[in-house]
Amino acid sequence: MIRENTALLLEVRGLTARIGDRNILKGIDLTVRAGEVHAIMGPNGSGKSTFAKVLSGHPSYEVTGGEVLFEGRNLFELAPEERARAGLFLGFQYPIEVPGVTNSAFLRLAYNTVQGTRGKEELDPLEFDDLVREKMKLLDIDPSFLGRSLNAGFSGGEKKRNEILQMALLEPKLAVLDETDSGLDIDALRVVANGINKLHTPDNGMVLVTHYQRMLNYIVPDYVHVMEGGRIIRTGDKALALELEARGYDWVGKEAA
Amino acid sequence: MSAVIQNLVNQPYKHGFVSDIESDVVPKGLSEDVIRLISAKKGEPEWLLEFRLKAYRHWLTMQEPTWPNVKYPKIDFQDISYFSAPKPKKLASMDEVDPELLRTFEKLGVPMHERKTLAGVAVDVIFDSVSVATTYKKKLAEVGVIFCSFSEAVKDHPELVKKYLGSVVPTGDNFYAALNSAVFTDGSFCYIPRGVRCPMDLSTYFRINTQESGQFERTLIIAEEGAYVSYLEGCTAPKFDTNQLHAAVVELIALDDAEIKYSTVQNWYAGDENGKGGIYNFVTKRGLCKGTNSKISWTQVETGSAITWKYPSCVLLGDNSAGEFYSVALTNHHQQADTGTKMIHIGRNTRSKIISKGISAGVSNNSYRGLVKIGARAEGARNFSQCDSMLIGDRCGANTFPYIQVNNNSAKVEHEASTSKIGEDQLFYFASRGIGNEEAVSMIINGFVQDVFVQLPMEFAVEATKLLGLKLEGSVG
Repeated sequence: MIRENTALLLEVRGLTARIGDRNILKGIDLTVRAGEVHAIMGPNGSGKSTFAKVLSGHPSYEVTGGEVLFEGRNLFELAPEERARAGLFLGFQYPIEVPGVTNSAFLRLAYNTVQGTRGKEELDPLEFDDLVREKMKLLDIDPSFLGRSLNAGFSGGEKKRNEILQMALLEPKLAVLDETDSGLDIDALRVVANGINKLHTPDNGMVLVTHYQRMLNYIVPDYVHVMEGGRIIRTGDKALALELEARGYDWVGKEAA
Repeated sequence: MSAVIQNLVNQPYKHGFVSDIESDVVPKGLSEDVIRLISAKKGEPEWLLEFRLKAYRHWLTMQEPTWPNVKYPKIDFQDISYFSAPKPKKLASMDEVDPELLRTFEKLGVPMHERKTLAGVAVDVIFDSVSVATTYKKKLAEVGVIFCSFSEAVKDHPELVKKYLGSVVPTGDNFYAALNSAVFTDGSFCYIPRGVRCPMDLSTYFRINTQESGQFERTLIIAEEGAYVSYLEGCTAPKFDTNQLHAAVVELIALDDAEIKYSTVQNWYAGDENGKGGIYNFVTKRGLCKGTNSKISWTQVETGSAITWKYPSCVLLGDNSAGEFYSVALTNHHQQADTGTKMIHIGRNTRSKIISKGISAGVSNNSYRGLVKIGARAEGARNFSQCDSMLIGDRCGANTFPYIQVNNNSAKVEHEASTSKIGEDQLFYFASRGIGNEEAVSMIINGFVQDVFVQLPMEFAVEATKLLGLKLEGSVG
C-alpha cells in the first residue's frame, strides 16, 4: 500500500558505486516508507544486486557518490554488522555455505546479537529452540535443518528458506531481498512468498530485487522500478511488472532513451 | 652460523661452564665423549650407553631432511649444548616473571599455583609429570600402573625399558630420531599392565622454560594385553629471540586388545609477529599396534612453534588393529608447519582414520603430509582420510601432500580434501546478520575443528578452544 505520511525508512539520493575500476551504480534515487513494498526489476548486469549489496555494506564495492539515509541516519557511517543491528536485512541471492557451524548456533548468535543491541532479552538455547521452531513452521522447514551445517549442501530452495527464516528471526525494519525467488520451484516459491507476506507489517518496508514477475503474483508491490545501466529508468505500479513480463525489458530502455 | 639454535646453558653458569666440566652443563658440541659423559652423569647402564653410541654413529652418516615444506637457516649441531641438568632459574617471586607470560596464563585460565610452577618459581618445572606421578603414585600403584620420569624407569624398570626402547622408532629411523636417541636427557615412562584400565588420564606438561632446559625428551608408553590409557601432553615455552631445537621421540606399544589414546596440545613459543625466535619442533612420534585388536589414536592440537615437523604415526601390525589421527594445526604470522601422519597397514583387517584440519593465517605456511600404506598381507584393510584446510586472509598458504601406496587389492582407501577460506564473503554474510568479524571467525574456526576437538578430553578441549582464539587474536582486520 502506498503511504504518503508514514515514516521514512530509506532515502537514496544520487548513489554511485563501483567495484575495482568498473562503475556499476550511476545515480540511484529511491525512497522507501514504512509499510511499502518495492520491486526492483531489470535485466542481468543492470546493477540490481550491486545496489542490494552496497546498501548492506559489502566490502568489495566502493561508494563514490550520493547519500543514503536509513531512518534519517547516514548509512555509510555504519559498519555492515551495525547496519544489520539497526534493522537493515539483506536476503542473499547466493547464501554462503559454512561447514561445521550449525544452523541453530548461527541463528541464535545472530538473533541474540541483534536482540542485545535493541536492549531486548537474549535467549538461552532452549528458549531459542522454541522460538526458531515456531518460525520454521511458517516456512515449512523440516526440524532436522537445525542440526545441519549452515547452508552447506543445501538445495537452492533450502538456502532461500533459510534466508527468510533469518529475516523472520531478526525482524528487520527494512528487508532487501536479492532474487529470493530464483532457484525455487513453484511450490517452494508459494511457501516462501507467503512467509514473506506474513512478515510484512505496516511498520516495515521491503525491497524485492527480482528478474521475473512471478513472485509478484504472491507479494504485491506498491512500486515497480526498472533498473538498467546502473540507474532506475522507469517506475510504475504492479501493472508495469506484468507489462515487463509480456514485453521484455528492451522497450523500457528505448522509451527512456 | 647466524642466529639460530641456542639450546644451552644454565644462566647462572653462563660465564663459567666451559672450564668446569663437572658442572650441570656440558659444553657445546657433540662427540662420543660428550655422549659418554651424559650417560655417566645419569648413571646409566652399559646397554643404554651402547644404544646412544649406536644412534650417534648412525646419525653421523645421515643428512638433515630437506623434503619438508619449510624454510630455515642451517642448524649448526656443534653449536648446541646437549646436556644441562634440569635446573631452572629460580625466581624469587612472581614479580620477576615476564608479564607477557603471566597474561597468557591468565587468558588460558591456568590456576595461580600452576602459573607459578610454569613460570619457574617452583623447582620441578620441566616434567610436571613427576609431581603428578608423585601425587597419584599410590593410587596408580594399586592397579600396577607405572608412571614416572624416563630416568627413574631406567633405574627401576630396566627390563621394560630395554625391551621396548627403540622398538618402534629405531635409533637410525630418521635424522632427528637418531639425534634424540644419542642425547635424550629425560622424559616420561608409562606402563599399563595386563587388563588394567588406567583409572585416570595421565598428563605431562612439557616446558622449555629457559634456554637451559631439556629439548630432547623421550616418551615410552606400553599398554599390555587389554590395557587402556589416555595420555595428555601439553607444551609451552616462554619467548626468546633465538630459536631453540626441540627433537623428541615418542614410542607407543599396544599389545592384544590394548588401547592408547595420546592427546597433545602443543603451544611452544612460535616466534614474534615478524618471525623472530620460536621453537623448531622436529619430533618423531610413532605407535605400534603390535597385538590383535589393538588401537592407538593420536589427537594433536598444534598451535605453537616457529616450525613444526611432526608425523605421529601408527604401525598396524596386529590383525584387526586400528589407528586414528586427529589433528588441528594452526599457523599464524611466520609460522611453518609440515605435519600429518603415517598409517602403515601390515596386519589383516586393519583400519585407520585420518582427520586433519589445517588453519593458516598471517603469512604462514601449513602443509599436511600423510602416508597411507597398505602392505601385501593386509587383507581387507581400510583407510579413510579427510584433510581440510582453511585460509584466513590471502597471504598464507596451505598444501596437502597425500601419499597412498596400496599393495593389496582387497584394501579400501578413501581420501577427501577440501580448502576453504574465511574471506570477505563469509565475513560479510555474518556481518549482514549483525555478527562482527572476530565473533564470526571464532565461530567458523570452532565449527571447522569440531570433529577433532570432540576427541579431546573435556578440559583439554576447553584449553584448546581458548588457545585457538588467543592465537588468532587480531588476525582478521
